[in-house]
Amino acid sequence: MVLPSLELPKLPLGDAIEWFVRWLIKNLEVIFDIIREVLNAITGAFSDGLLWVHPVFLIVIFGLLIWLITGKLTALLSVLGLALVWNMGLWPQLVNTLVLVVVAVVIALLIGIPTGILMTRSQKLEGAMRPVLDFMQTMPPFVYLIPAVMLFGIGVVPGLFATVIFAIPPPVRLTYLGITQVPQEMKEMAIAFGANDRQVLTKVELPLSLPSIMAGVNQCIMLGISMVVIASMIGAGGLGEVVMRSVSRLDLSLGFESGLAIVILAMVLDRMSRNVGSGKKTPLSRIIEKYNNYRKQKQEKIEEAA
Amino acid sequence: MTAKIEAKNLVKIYGENTDKALELFNQGLSRSEIIQETGLTVGVAGVNFEIAEGEIFVIIGLSGSGKSTLLRCINGLLMPTSGSLLVDGKAVEKLNEEQLRKLRGEEISMVFQHFALLPNRTITDNVAFGLELRGVPYEKRRERAQKALVSVGLEEWKDKLPEELSGGMKQRVGLARALVMESGILLMDEPFGALDALIRAEMQEELVSLQREIKKTVVFVTHDLDEALRLGDRIAIMRDGAIEQIGTADEILSDPANDYVDRFIQGVDVSKILDARSISKWPRELVRDTESVSVALHRMKKTDTDYLFVLGPRYKLVGMVMKEDLLPLAQKREKNFNDVIKEANTVSADTIMRDVYSELRNAEKDVAVIDENGRFLGVITHSVLLMTLDERKGGDGIAES
Repeated sequence: MVLPSLELPKLPLGDAIEWFVRWLIKNLEVIFDIIREVLNAITGAFSDGLLWVHPVFLIVIFGLLIWLITGKLTALLSVLGLALVWNMGLWPQLVNTLVLVVVAVVIALLIGIPTGILMTRSQKLEGAMRPVLDFMQTMPPFVYLIPAVMLFGIGVVPGLFATVIFAIPPPVRLTYLGITQVPQEMKEMAIAFGANDRQVLTKVELPLSLPSIMAGVNQCIMLGISMVVIASMIGAGGLGEVVMRSVSRLDLSLGFESGLAIVILAMVLDRMSRNVGSGKKTPLSRIIEKYNNYRKQKQEKIEEAA
Repeated sequence: MTAKIEAKNLVKIYGENTDKALELFNQGLSRSEIIQETGLTVGVAGVNFEIAEGEIFVIIGLSGSGKSTLLRCINGLLMPTSGSLLVDGKAVEKLNEEQLRKLRGEEISMVFQHFALLPNRTITDNVAFGLELRGVPYEKRRERAQKALVSVGLEEWKDKLPEELSGGMKQRVGLARALVMESGILLMDEPFGALDALIRAEMQEELVSLQREIKKTVVFVTHDLDEALRLGDRIAIMRDGAIEQIGTADEILSDPANDYVDRFIQGVDVSKILDARSISKWPRELVRDTESVSVALHRMKKTDTDYLFVLGPRYKLVGMVMKEDLLPLAQKREKNFNDVIKEANTVSADTIMRDVYSELRNAEKDVAVIDENGRFLGVITHSVLLMTLDERKGGDGIAES
């Protein structure tokens, strides 16, 4: 049986979007050019700087940093993992990917967290943003590559653009969630003690929703990494490019190695961002505590003397 | 003398577009009628009061009576729909944002039911919170906060986090946070409501002795009449958003303004909650009106009493028989004692204890408890009543159960 075709003319939804993007290019080309140049410069300088430093030095610095905000075991495993990537000859690609992820995540957070905060202030914005966020999260990420290329051409910047869009929803949602879960009595207390809107936000709402916001940051990083591989299809470079190459050549050995490098990077970044704001004791928090104790004792001595 | 805080025809209606609800309210419609008509709740329904400087003013009422709403109108957390609230002669509802913040930061401090301590800050930093908002430098505000902690006896806990403290200690921190502001007015929203009875009593005592030193104007919201009587220089009883009576504890207890206040006062009294049925006991022995004189005498001897209650069919109380009346019958070898049955002292099952007490005081014998059909439910003896009254004195356990 042949299905009867719908006799109505097809709605030109896709055409409308294409027309819109073309209109953007035609009228706002200057702006996109500026954005591209700025981001190119930032990522370029960033990765050049990191690649200029010897890998051993960089791995040690990473190890120290991870030790400070997590602990011994995680730091040791991270150092071993990063050394393995260096050994596999994928160090420059790893650095490129890292830069791409970090820049994309920073941009996503700069947009996402304030958006989440604004949503708690306006019911209308919250209602409007919800379907937009659903759209951003469920639209297959490959689709973002098309307008990205149209707007920014081939290279790192369209990769960044697609990654940012893909990674924004979690920080928005989790910031919104965290702030709305702050008990009403806490906010009322701050207001009753004379806080203005900004103080309610910075002294009560943000500190109390920090665990939730940090979960959003963590999710943002994870999505960023997964998108970076896809973004290499449009020339974003880094580890994703190696993965793409090994797929096209059916090179299992290279594919496994580059895939493993991505896994290592993802795990290192995940462990780094997971503990922040959770209130767990880390070497850094112990150092801060010791410093505070030292200061307190010093002050008590001064008081005794006085 | 001018009042420190004054409310004039204060009305607070929750929700948006309150004009219509306000109009209905002014036409004299009741709270439930206004909800039906407009869907809006009248939180405070036309309240007037004056609070003098240095006075503890207690607002008491059941939940939903509008007492917390009224409290929040004083520092502008809620704005009145109509009427006026004056603090030091200035109308709170007419202040702009900046003046309002200043009023809250400098004139009025608040203590919350669930403490509202910030879990991420140490005790000292929690106490210093208000000063921090005011812009007092770090070292100075910590110093003042630690002094305030000394005054509530928590100086050793200054570097701990709130989660490490018990409920009573947390509320002391809440109190210190309010005291450190050195404001003239202290608003307390059921501050001891979340604490257990023993700690609550302790905190009440502390507040009273603290008040002797600090002489603040305290507005204290509670649902506990005992607490109100203990703390309040004056007490306002609220119901459905309106104040039923304002007066000292004496005035309210001795001269309740209306039935509601009267019932409200009794509601806390154990004699309301405990009725005759709940304290009655089944006697060790009874006698049926169909049984014989010798059986009755035998049971009296066994239980060492001088009288027995007499029951008819279906446990109906017929009366009581006395030993002194039965003995002559026994000598005459009479079997039937129906002629000597006397009327017994009875109370109905739902008699409140206060009335049971007066009934029992007049009676030498125990009092029988009967239901509406005259069925016998048990007796109240003098000793049971005394024991119950004694337990009542010992703790609040019965009053609340």
